Amino acid sequence: MKRLLILEDGTIFEGQAFGSSEESIGEVVFNTGMTGYQETLSDPSYCGQIVTMTYPLIGNYGINKDDFETINPAIFGFVVKEYCETPSNFRSDESLDTFLKANDIPGIAGIDTRKLTKILRKHGTMRGILTKANENISVEEGLSKLKNKEPLTDQVARVSTMKPYVAPGRGYRIVLVDFGMKHGILRELTKRDCHVTVVPYNYSADNILRLKPDGIMLTNGPGNPKNVPESIEMIKKVIPSIPTFGICLGHQLLALACGANTDKLKFGHRGSNHPVYDFETKRAYLTSQNHGYAVTEDSIKSTELELTQVALNDKTVEGVKHSKYPAFSVQYHPEASPGPDDTNYLFDKFIDTITTFKATLKEEA
Amino acid sequence: MPKRTDIQKILVIGSGPIVIGQAAEFDYSGTQACQSLKEEGYTVILANSNPATIMTDHTIADTVYMEPLTVEFLSKIIRKERPDAILPTLGGQTGLNLAVALDESGILEETGTELLGTKLEAIQQAEDREKFRSLMNEINEPVPESQIVNTVDQALSFADEIGYPLIVRPAYTLGGTGGGMCYTEQDLREITRNGLSLSPVNQCLIERNIAGFKEIEYEVMRDKNDQAIVVCNMENIDPVGIHTGDSIVVAPSQTLSDREYQMLRSASLKIIRALKIEGGCNVQLALDTDSFQYYIIEVNPRVSRSSALASKATGYPIAKIAAKIAIGMTLDEIMNPITGTTYALYEPSLDYVVTKFPRFPFDKFVLGNRQLGTQMKATGEVMAIGRNFEESMLKGIRSLDISGEDFYLPNLSEKTVEELTERLVKPDDERIYVLAEVMRKGMTVEEIHQLTKIDRFFLNKLRKIIDFELKLAENHKNFELLEEAKLLGLSDTQIARVWNVEVDTVYQMRKDAGLFPVYKMVDTCAAEFESETPYFYSAYEEENESVVTDRKKVLVIGSGPIRIGQGIEFDYATVHSVLALKEAGFEAIIMNSNPETVSTDFSVSDKLYFEPLTLEDVMHVVELEKPEGVIVQFGGQTAINLAEGLERRGVQILGTPLEAIDTAEDRDKFEQLLQELNIPQPQGKSVRQLDQAKEAAGSIGYPVLVRPSYVIGGSQMEIVYSEDELESYLAKTNHIKHKHPVLIDKYLTGIEVEVDAISDGETTIIPGVMEHIERAGVHSGDSIAVYPTQRLSTNIKQKCVDITIKIAEKLGVKGLINIQFVVHKNEVYVLEVNPRASRTIPFLSKITGVTMANIATRCIIGKSLKEMGYERGLLPEPKTVSVKVPVFSFEKLRSVDTMLGPEMKSTGEAIGRDRTLEKALYKGLTASGLKIPMEGAVLITVADKDKQEAGEIAKRFFDLGFNLYATSGTAKHLQSLDLPVSEVGKVDAEGKNVLSIIEKGEVQVVVNSLTSGKKPRSDGFRIRRQAVEHGIACLTSLDTAEAIVNVIDSTTFTARPAVSGKAVVL
Repeated sequence: MKRLLILEDGTIFEGQAFGSSEESIGEVVFNTGMTGYQETLSDPSYCGQIVTMTYPLIGNYGINKDDFETINPAIFGFVVKEYCETPSNFRSDESLDTFLKANDIPGIAGIDTRKLTKILRKHGTMRGILTKANENISVEEGLSKLKNKEPLTDQVARVSTMKPYVAPGRGYRIVLVDFGMKHGILRELTKRDCHVTVVPYNYSADNILRLKPDGIMLTNGPGNPKNVPESIEMIKKVIPSIPTFGICLGHQLLALACGANTDKLKFGHRGSNHPVYDFETKRAYLTSQNHGYAVTEDSIKSTELELTQVALNDKTVEGVKHSKYPAFSVQYHPEASPGPDDTNYLFDKFIDTITTFKATLKEEA
Repeated sequence: MPKRTDIQKILVIGSGPIVIGQAAEFDYSGTQACQSLKEEGYTVILANSNPATIMTDHTIADTVYMEPLTVEFLSKIIRKERPDAILPTLGGQTGLNLAVALDESGILEETGTELLGTKLEAIQQAEDREKFRSLMNEINEPVPESQIVNTVDQALSFADEIGYPLIVRPAYTLGGTGGGMCYTEQDLREITRNGLSLSPVNQCLIERNIAGFKEIEYEVMRDKNDQAIVVCNMENIDPVGIHTGDSIVVAPSQTLSDREYQMLRSASLKIIRALKIEGGCNVQLALDTDSFQYYIIEVNPRVSRSSALASKATGYPIAKIAAKIAIGMTLDEIMNPITGTTYALYEPSLDYVVTKFPRFPFDKFVLGNRQLGTQMKATGEVMAIGRNFEESMLKGIRSLDISGEDFYLPNLSEKTVEELTERLVKPDDERIYVLAEVMRKGMTVEEIHQLTKIDRFFLNKLRKIIDFELKLAENHKNFELLEEAKLLGLSDTQIARVWNVEVDTVYQMRKDAGLFPVYKMVDTCAAEFESETPYFYSAYEEENESVVTDRKKVLVIGSGPIRIGQGIEFDYATVHSVLALKEAGFEAIIMNSNPETVSTDFSVSDKLYFEPLTLEDVMHVVELEKPEGVIVQFGGQTAINLAEGLERRGVQILGTPLEAIDTAEDRDKFEQLLQELNIPQPQGKSVRQLDQAKEAAGSIGYPVLVRPSYVIGGSQMEIVYSEDELESYLAKTNHIKHKHPVLIDKYLTGIEVEVDAISDGETTIIPGVMEHIERAGVHSGDSIAVYPTQRLSTNIKQKCVDITIKIAEKLGVKGLINIQFVVHKNEVYVLEVNPRASRTIPFLSKITGVTMANIATRCIIGKSLKEMGYERGLLPEPKTVSVKVPVFSFEKLRSVDTMLGPEMKSTGEAIGRDRTLEKALYKGLTASGLKIPMEGAVLITVADKDKQEAGEIAKRFFDLGFNLYATSGTAKHLQSLDLPVSEVGKVDAEGKNVLSIIEKGEVQVVVNSLTSGKKPRSDGFRIRRQAVEHGIACLTSLDTAEAIVNVIDSTTFTARPAVSGKAVVL
């Protein structure tokens, strides 16, 4: 069955439909990871986006029960060169195609994904429409559908938890503010025996403080950080008194809460091979990234934030820390999944920050 | 961190002659390293004994030493040059072992020279099995249960503990030499004994067999700041059990989930950090197919064959970056040369599939043991890039030059499923074809998986191709399916076979519909960053990225995989042609399929198309680029063979016209040409029928030389002494059935002479005339070549020169021509004319200083030699004597006869240069790996026809203080000459026999000549193999033996009485 992908500049790709046969409109982005499509598919940060995988063979090792980053995938569409119908791996439970069908995610295969990637790189991220399977519509029709559909602004609300819940442990009490959390973040905290209370993105500062957390984790999430102003206000109130660690959207929100600014990148960073230079350790690390927005470097200067890390290649802000409060954040994903675990030590650093902070409090007391 | 300023002069050690397990990849890495160091302003001294390399060009390093790679010679170089440092990790195992030996010898301490890059301690920790194992235990990385042994008994007692099967891995040997899989006690005894004798430290590792696990490799890099990255990971299609050099390998891994990928990545980085590697490193891992259990198999603490492959597969130049790391720079400050805007601290992302196929020498060694195991047997490899797996694989298969442009071996289709099943269980060099054939015969993926343990993913892909063939067959000339076929990577030839039509019909169908591929760029980053690298591969997709310029352009065809008869020499010529074209202002475009070579370094040409060298694939590039023409004369027989098809499709062949090529190759036309020019040649005939052959041979008179025409390196060429032998020869060659005829020539003995010349069609210059040590009959590639000639009279030499000029100008050669002569009874006969670059081009270019391929290229594009300042004739010869000595890989190829003959067997070459022939020979032979004994014993066992000559040689050995051993016939003859000789029994004789004295190391040299005919497994064969397996020089040509006696004579003293046999009169 045929299907079209029409971009807002009028570029049209014809390929084969797989997954759900429904239509979908979203922001078309590309991811350069050669493995990890299951984690990508289930990363809530992709809410509202149609993701193109630059690696041409996707689905080779199937879909398994272990590697999900969320229960209900939020991705709007999946673009591949070729999907594998006969996956092979000891953990494989089903094929990519059946998984996408079961989760109502439309996919398109058999298109020149490298051409698409180059278009996105040159023109910047664009919106696009994946047409219904076997539906023959003209470019004009597709473009008008695109135009008539307002871009999303409520992605965080769509993917954040509705109610607080607890992942119990015997260690530090962490409040994890869920903007679209990947399971990996929770896993890293529980691995360190933390008692994690996951709260919705719009949970108030007072309610958070009432939980008496030792630390606050601001997670990743989809979309523009400026779409969740209430969270920014919350962060302003909690960081003076509670050690805070932000990841991805959480990092952008921390920066906004401290008075810095964020902006949209031309085509974003999505993949498992992004080198980041850390000014503190004077070393570079390979990181897993997925962000379309970034903190602007100039805007940091007038704040109490310090730049700690930058992307080696394009100097995008990748990490900041607060000069007074025990708060720090990174733009990338130290929890990996998918991607390298080079920066996994940041979770230890978070635990150490809490320990040090508690010791200081004790001394002051 | 910036580069070091406390060192200025760096010695780079190359890898020496090409042998199985150590091929052109080290020319590529060494060349990159030298350039990388020079770029940073260091003075580079290079030592390498292999003249066929680009790295030994005077432009690559500041000073080049082409001396034997031994402690003795390297010490001289170090004392003379006083380098501040040595870079040893880019010259393969040879370079590394030499660095260790130099360090132990104390020379480095004496001269205050340090080793750059990875510390020696780390190297030893990675290479020494015991140290490596304890390190892995320390850092909690799993290794298979194993035991280090120094005796066979220790191996047996370990086997009692853990049972069979087991793997034997000798320490410090190349390409797994001497190792193997053992299923029984007998296997274990045999392989361990052999392994212990081959290991320089007399050590083997006996290891639990984890055959069947997935074999995964990671190419990793680390700098002194402890920053570490993975350049590429690769998955072997064949599971653990087949040496990775002999496996079909894909990049990136295809069947690993991110968790598995990252788990193995983290393990690899942990290991490189624990070893404190500074530079490149290769980690081989085995992964269970049914759990997350994995084992570390091996670590190579240096740039390797795999890293050359990874460099070409990703675009990330590992050797170049490793060299920069060695001088103290760090990954975060080195630019990624392929994008020019990003940094080397980066893990390439591929948006294509890479497949590597090994190229085996068994088209030459038909009788060799073809079974694959832990010891590498491939001489070279090809790489292919596609946007899907099938396309990548099929491109790889047609790059092999084995089944032409098709994926089909007719002789396999005649085999039964039972026969093929056996070959699935015991894999051999035709594995991929066997897999396809059992599928054609209906075997299921599951059945094959159970037999081979090859992952179902790969088998399903293969199944898809075979199923598609069936579908195609049912839809004759259906265009939609043709489109689908091209997407899947099927060649026109494959489609034509299935449809039973001519290739040109399929081509025409595509041409009418405009169904052509586009070209995609290899850019390390999956298009994330802009990149201007001119490195392309084809795909049937929408966007073409190869922008065609309006410059005048020329396409140069490379030589494909390294194989016996077509080695690195042709890459050398190709690269020089490309450089000459660039100098002349042309856009130089190169096409090649070999990942090991310098020619496929994207920085060499203006544009690189990494594609199979087939008519179809070349035409696609020609149709896009529309070059002025195509140059085929530098890429060996592979490129020459394309000429006819290209011309048929209207492509301009630049240089020597196709007609001239045809005249030289076609027997009748060639004969006519020589007659016309009044040039003698051995009497001969070309025949197409069996009975004609006998008649022809009879009329010419035995012995005769028989061979098929149009082949590489004298394939299947033999000297035949009788009609019986001729019959058995014809029975085993199938060429008589094919388009090309069989040639039968009178075999003339005499000095063989070889000439390489350059012609512009009007003027012909001869940079050098070489003579061979071995008489005609031994393939020129296996002979020791000497320049300038030592035994030829001025008159004979002038005759050779005159004939060369006549032939070149008559043929209208534009470019290079190589002619072989035999001097028989003071007359010069022409044996062979090759109107193309020959094997001796790099050797001659280096010793004469005449850059032959460059000058030839200028002739090809229309410059005249006169304009360049040359006059017709032989160029002046220097006083220095140079020899080119062949190097064999016999220890890697079991069951291959080491007897030299008309069929080429050598894999590489070494050079020796000095004031006298003997000194040059000493160096050349030493560089080739031969140990020249100065005392000891020699075993002589020769055919009747050789007895007289052998007697003279024996006498000289005796005079030099050697003891003589001989088998009965030879012994009798020696006794008749009053030479004291110990007679030894034949092969199976009780007590002391020919084999036991070799095994016990009682003799240092064996002189053996062929008894009669070509019976495999004859006594002579077993003697020769025994010598090879025990590392003893076995000389099968009396000429080589005489040369060695001369060398020994010139460096030692004889004991000769002043007076003998007379009464002393006072």
